[in-house]
Amino acid sequence: MFTGEELVAALAQLGVTHVIWLPDSAIGVWETALESAPELSLVRVCREGEAWAIAAGLHLGGKSPLVMIQNTGLFDSGDALRNVLFDLGIPLYAVIGYRSYLIENSPDTAKKFTEPVLKAWGLDYVLIDRPGQIDTFVEHYRRCLAAARPGVALIAEGAM
Amino acid sequence: MPPMELLAALRVVADTRRDEIVVTTMGSAREWPKLSRHPLDFHYLPSAMGQSPMLALGMALAMPERRVISFTGDGSLLMNLGCLVTIAAAGPRNLTVIALVNRLYEVTGGQKTAAATSAHVDFAAIAAASGIAAAHSFDDLEAWRAAWPAIRDAVGPTFVALQVAPVGPAYQLVVPGPMRTRIEAFRHALRR
Repeated sequence: MFTGEELVAALAQLGVTHVIWLPDSAIGVWETALESAPELSLVRVCREGEAWAIAAGLHLGGKSPLVMIQNTGLFDSGDALRNVLFDLGIPLYAVIGYRSYLIENSPDTAKKFTEPVLKAWGLDYVLIDRPGQIDTFVEHYRRCLAAARPGVALIAEGAM
Repeated sequence: MPPMELLAALRVVADTRRDEIVVTTMGSAREWPKLSRHPLDFHYLPSAMGQSPMLALGMALAMPERRVISFTGDGSLLMNLGCLVTIAAAGPRNLTVIALVNRLYEVTGGQKTAAATSAHVDFAAIAAASGIAAAHSFDDLEAWRAAWPAIRDAVGPTFVALQVAPVGPAYQLVVPGPMRTRIEAFRHALRR
């Protein structure tokens, strides 16, 4: 949907300091750009639940972290998300790969449940489903930040 | 050798506390307030079980000028052993994780962890094999007391496993007030 360089430029514009991530094959192509951006720290986790808690600690310490995972990781990390966003009340933002969204009639249950799960959590999200929507992401991030509420950008993908 | 009493094991850290951030959860969140009322205590309650060291890692990365001590239980650690690899990869020089090992889920009534049935589960060895070079294990209070100052001041990340006795029927976990209020107080303490 956008290149790593476009993403890094957007994150710099937004003041993001840390990307905590466990990528899939679609967002994984941003790795080189993210790890070579001098103003960003890339934190690799072993499982997605870790990402929410690390981001919470960074936020408490005054930084501006961004969580970046796949939708399967969203499902897996539900308890950590619940705790950080709702018990601790920390308004984190996440970029989440939306596996199989672009495949018409996909039987992938990861596609089927992604948006219902975000709605169940009451999370404000935006869908990025075609090239050139970096501004949509930036604007949504800013709106969530200004309102001090958590947010998600779903990045539409093909197969895993 | 009988395991250490939890409160005595924690007192070793409390007695030599300077200005470290101390993150507690589960059993340590219940016992630590008996020893400390420091503004940089962060009681991670309610928590997501297994994520306390990750919260502490985030703090350590955000504030490299401060030392961060994270207490966790072995039941919690077992839920997220990968966190040790994550910590080793991030390499925070200012983070110490102290696992309180009693081989029980005391928070749910004292059921055994999967590790309780094996004498071979060695958390310090797991930490070392995960890439945390400074990994220690203690089952003797005096040895722990003697070693702690050097461990605390060492370049991290560091890991300590303490073999502690269950608290037993006295175990009662009380959430110490609204999280929002506690976070505001913690942030205020950080700004001072």
